[in-house]
Amino acid sequence: MIILYIVLGIIVVIALWVVVAFNGFVALRNRAKEAWSDIEVQMKRRYDLIPNLVETVKGYAAHESAAFENVTKARSAAMGAQSVSEHAQAENMLSSTLKSLFAVAEAYPDLKANTNFLELQRELSDTENKIMASRRFYNQNVMTLNTAVEQFPGNVIASTFGFSHMDLFELTEGEEAAREPVKVAF
Amino acid sequence: MAGFLIVVIAVGYAVAWYYDSPAILYAAVGFSLFMNFTSYWFSDKIALSMTGAKPATREEFFDLYTVTENLAITAGMQMPKIYVINDPAPNAFATGRDEKHAVVVATTGLLAIMNRAELEGVIGHELSHIQNKDILLMTVAVVLAGFIAIIADIFLRMSYLGGDRDSDSKGNALFAVVAIVGIVLAPIAAQLIQLAISRRREYLADSSGALLTRYPEGLASALQKIGSYARPMQKANHATAHLFIGDPFGAKAGKFVNRLFATHPPVEDRIKRLLGTAPQ
Repeated sequence: MIILYIVLGIIVVIALWVVVAFNGFVALRNRAKEAWSDIEVQMKRRYDLIPNLVETVKGYAAHESAAFENVTKARSAAMGAQSVSEHAQAENMLSSTLKSLFAVAEAYPDLKANTNFLELQRELSDTENKIMASRRFYNQNVMTLNTAVEQFPGNVIASTFGFSHMDLFELTEGEEAAREPVKVAF
Repeated sequence: MAGFLIVVIAVGYAVAWYYDSPAILYAAVGFSLFMNFTSYWFSDKIALSMTGAKPATREEFFDLYTVTENLAITAGMQMPKIYVINDPAPNAFATGRDEKHAVVVATTGLLAIMNRAELEGVIGHELSHIQNKDILLMTVAVVLAGFIAIIADIFLRMSYLGGDRDSDSKGNALFAVVAIVGIVLAPIAAQLIQLAISRRREYLADSSGALLTRYPEGLASALQKIGSYARPMQKANHATAHLFIGDPFGAKAGKFVNRLFATHPPVEDRIKRLLGTAPQ
């Protein structure tokens, strides 16, 4: 009789643990997903700013078509990206084409004095900072999830109920390089 | 706040003793607890009106606004409300009982002399105060410091009554002396502990702020600038002093007694810890 109670007790404890662990994984996964949607909001804002920027620059430097086309192409590529790593790559691409567009703008003093252009430049660099910030929050959450998925005994629950790793949003450039504002001097 | 609590209780005690009516003491205790609770619940509004802060718009204070926004995103917390005090002394504070009621306040002097990395350091420090729930912690510390004063008082009363019953005993006289020394020292000790907690939380907010920005040098150089600005703020006030990142009364000499009664650790120590050059 006593042994039966002990066994029952152990089963109840294990069942409780499974429930708690399962809920923990759900919470971690949802938090990571929410963090991802934060990044998406910021990326969307960047996509919205770019056509305005292209129009403004066109008004002063219409013949620099290569720079515009690159930016526009990179923008549509970024908007079509699906997986996290595709997004990361496309965003990097977009950042570097934007950098060369701003480099082109350096040669046009009238453009550089345009308040609309300055405003767009400020908004874009702010958006890039926000992408960085939300990326770090996302990576933090994904890191927590990934660690929980790997650690024993949580990994048993994770594999049983199909909680898997999520991808980190990694930039290929170093964090320090990305910290620098978009600016090129000749 | 602890000072206020203890003073109210002490006055209540004196009046109660004079009129020989403990009810007055309990009323004083109740009143001071009520005041503390109010100050916790409305901490954001009270601090804002006491310091004369005005809301900061994104257009006017672009750097302050976006830096706060970005760090709030990184920390995964709600965007706090941002206010600005028109004062040339560089300083900042955060208050509010939870993330939803959080307020970050900076002086115009701070915005004028800090570059973006330094501003990030300061705001990171303030957001850490909010995330670490320091406002709640300090309120609890203040109330506990007050309760120690009450206990010391009860202790004295008990020995006083005991002395009445058996007045010729030498042991009781000694006991009374100990009790009197105790009632004088206990509130002071309680306040010292409360100040020590406040300083601890500053170190903690420094380090979690540095973790948030990943750039401790920014906060270190900001602290350097705040510390070397010797003039006090225009509206410096003891009630709000513990909230600020730097001492609103200006930099003071790091004498032992000053350090014991300061709400903030000395700037040099904070910089050393941030840059990892101090033995922990």
